[in-house]
Amino acid sequence: MKRSLRKSVMASLLILLLATSVLASGCGSSGDSDGEGVTGEEQYKIGAVLDISGKASSLGTPERDTLQMMVKQLNTQGGINGHQVDLTILDNKSDETEAVLAAKTLIEKDVLAVLGCSSSGPSMAMLNTVQNEKVPMISLAAASSIVEPVSERQWVFKTAQSDKVTVGKITNYLREQNINKVAFLYMNNAYGDGGRKAFSEAAKENNIEVLVEDKFEASDKDMTPQLTRVKASQAEALIIWAIPPSASIATKNFKDLGLTIPLIHSHGVGNQKFIDLAQGAAEGVILPIGKLTVAQQIPDTDPQKEVLQTYINNYTQKYGSPPDSFGGYAWDAFNLVVNAIEKAGPDRAAIRDELEKTQGFTGISGVFNISAQDHNGLDEESMVLVQIKDGKWQLLE
Amino acid sequence: MAFINKNHFWPGIILFLLIIPLITNSNYLLSILIIIGLYTIIVQGLGILMGYAGQISFGHAAFFGLGAYTVAILTTRFHSPTVLALLGAALLPGVIAALIGRPTLKLQELYLALATLGFGLLVHIGFTEGMELTGGPSGIAGIPYLSVGSFVFDSDIKFFYLVAGILILLSAGIKGLIESRVGRALRAIRESEHAAETAGIDTAALKLQAFIFSALLAGLAGGLYAYYITFISPSPFSFHASVQFVLMAVVGGLGTFVGPLLGAAMVVALGEFLRWAIPVVIPNAGGEYQIIFFGLILVVLMIFQPEGLGALGKRLKPATQKLPGEGYSTKIEAEKEGGL
Repeated sequence: MKRSLRKSVMASLLILLLATSVLASGCGSSGDSDGEGVTGEEQYKIGAVLDISGKASSLGTPERDTLQMMVKQLNTQGGINGHQVDLTILDNKSDETEAVLAAKTLIEKDVLAVLGCSSSGPSMAMLNTVQNEKVPMISLAAASSIVEPVSERQWVFKTAQSDKVTVGKITNYLREQNINKVAFLYMNNAYGDGGRKAFSEAAKENNIEVLVEDKFEASDKDMTPQLTRVKASQAEALIIWAIPPSASIATKNFKDLGLTIPLIHSHGVGNQKFIDLAQGAAEGVILPIGKLTVAQQIPDTDPQKEVLQTYINNYTQKYGSPPDSFGGYAWDAFNLVVNAIEKAGPDRAAIRDELEKTQGFTGISGVFNISAQDHNGLDEESMVLVQIKDGKWQLLE
Repeated sequence: MAFINKNHFWPGIILFLLIIPLITNSNYLLSILIIIGLYTIIVQGLGILMGYAGQISFGHAAFFGLGAYTVAILTTRFHSPTVLALLGAALLPGVIAALIGRPTLKLQELYLALATLGFGLLVHIGFTEGMELTGGPSGIAGIPYLSVGSFVFDSDIKFFYLVAGILILLSAGIKGLIESRVGRALRAIRESEHAAETAGIDTAALKLQAFIFSALLAGLAGGLYAYYITFISPSPFSFHASVQFVLMAVVGGLGTFVGPLLGAAMVVALGEFLRWAIPVVIPNAGGEYQIIFFGLILVVLMIFQPEGLGALGKRLKPATQKLPGEGYSTKIEAEKEGGL
C-alpha cells in the first residue's frame, strides 16, 4: 500500500519534471525579447554570467538590473543595425565550476560574446573555456591577472579598473604629500590579495617603504592588534584594502586607538554601507573611486559627465535608487560589445578585433582606450580621489 | 526503471558513454558529463567509506583540493611532467589520510564527522594562507593540460574519454572489491562494529584502508579537475563541497554499486536543469529560487526513496537477484533514516 503510494508520487514527480521541460522548450524562444519580430531580422545573441546569488551577490544584482534595463532600451530603439538583441543572463552562484558550465551553455547557444563574471575567481575559471572556444569575453571583476598576460588572454577584456590603476592613484597622492613610509593592511581574500600584490610593486617603483604589512579575515570583528603594530611603527599613512563590514570595523578601531596619520582606503569601500557601518569614524578617510559616486561634483568639462548623469537618471527612474559602480561595469561591458557588434556584424573573431581597437569610448568607469597590450584600457584619469566629509563623498583635488 | 538491472546496466552505461560524443557535438553536454564523472570518482570512494565501512566524512573536499593543488603546484612551480603530477595528486591525499586516519578513525559517528569537518576547514585555511606556494586566495592560473607523450588532453571530447575510461576501470575494480571478502568484512563493520570484531575482522585496519582509498580517489579527481579547468582557487574546496559530496552519496544510495554515479548525476543535472527551467517558469527569479527548488526536490526524493536512487531497481523488482543479507540491511537502513 505504502509502496504503491510512493511509486505514484515518484511517477507524478517525473511527469511534472517532463511537463515543465516540454513547456519550457515550447516557449523558450520567446524568452525576454520585447518587440521581437518587428523587423524580421535575425536576433543577435549575447550572454552574461553573473554572481547573482552566493557570496558576491551584492555585485551581481546591480549588474543584472543594469543589463536588463539596457537591453530593453536598446531593443525599443531598434537594436543593433535593425537586429534585436537576445540577452541571456545566467547565475553562477558565485561558484567557479558553475561559472564554467554556464559559459559553456551560453557558447552552445551561439552567443556572440560573454559578459562576466562579477568577481575575479569565477572570471579566472572561465578564461580557458572562452580562449579555447574563441569567444570574446568581458569580465566585470577587478584582478589584473584576468587580462594579463594579454598574449595568453587574447579573447578576454575587462571593464573594472585594474588594481594597478587604483594603486597608481594612491601612490601619486602619497608622492604629492611627500609620504614615503606607510603601513598596509588588507583583507584575506582575492580582492585584498590583489591589492597587496599591486601595491607592493608600485611602492617599490616609487621608493615608498612599507613598514607594516598585515592582514585580517573578512569576518573579523576587531583589528586592534594589527593597528597597534601600525601605531608602534613610524608609518606616515595607513592604506587599508578591504570591503565593508571589515573595512568599517578597521576604520572604527583606527579612530579608537587615537591614530592621526592619514587613512587611505581602496575603492572597495565606495558605497554608503561603509560610512553607515563606521558610525562616524569614516570622517576624513581618503579613497580613489570611479566618478559615478561624485557625478554631481565633477566639473561640466569632464567628458564623462553627461554619460554618468544619463545612467544615474535612467537607473533611478527604473529601480528607485541610484546605481553603484558595479552596475557601471556592466553598463560599460554591454556598450563595448554592442559597439563592436555594430561595426563587426555577427562574427566572434571580428568582434574581438573591434573590441581591441576601441579608442576614446566614454563609459561609466572611465574613458576606454583598449589596445593589443592593454585589454582594460583605463588609466588613472578614470578615477578621482575623494574624502569623506559629514558622511558624504567630497571630491579632493 | 527496469533497465537498472545488474546484468544490463554497466554494459549499457559503457555503450552510452562511448556513443555520446558521436551523437552530439555539444561541449556543454560533454562538460556536464565530465564534471559528473569527476564527482562520481570522489563519491565512489566516499561510498566505500560511508556505505560499506559505515564511516562518515565531512572532509573530502580537502582531499579533492589537495589533489588539485598538488597538480597545480607541481606543474606550474616545478614544471614536473603532468602524468607524474597526477600520480602525486592521488598519492599525497592518500598519505595524509594514512597519517590522520589512525587517530581520527578511533572516533565514531558524530565525533568522527566533527573531526573530519575540522580537518577539512584546516586544509582550506592552508590553501588560503599558503601565499607563495598556493597563490593564496587568488589561486593558481595557467595549469597546463594533461599530456601523455605527445598526446595532449586539450579538448572536452578527449578529456571526456579519459574520465570515462578511468571511471570504467575504477568501477570494475570496486565491483570486484565489494563482492570480495574485504567487501563483506566492510559491510559487517557497517552493521555492527562489535560483531565484526568478534568475528575476527581487523576493523581498525579495514576502516583505515577504506579511508585511505577514498582519499586517493578524491585526490585523483582533484588532479583531473585542475587539468580540466586549468585554474584553481580555494573556493571549490570549501566545507560546502564536502557536504555536496556526502549529499551525492546519500541521494545515490549508500551501499549500492550504481549509487555514486546516480547521485553525482542527479545533483549536477538537477542543478543545471533548474538553472534553465526556473527562469522559464518564473521569469526574473534569481538563483535563490533554484536553490529552494533544488532543496525541495531532494527532500521529497529522500522522503519517498530513503535508500537512494541506487536502490530503485531493487524496489521495483523485489523478487529477483536479492542476496539474502542485502535486502535485510537496506530495510534496517530505511528504518534508521526514517527514525532520524
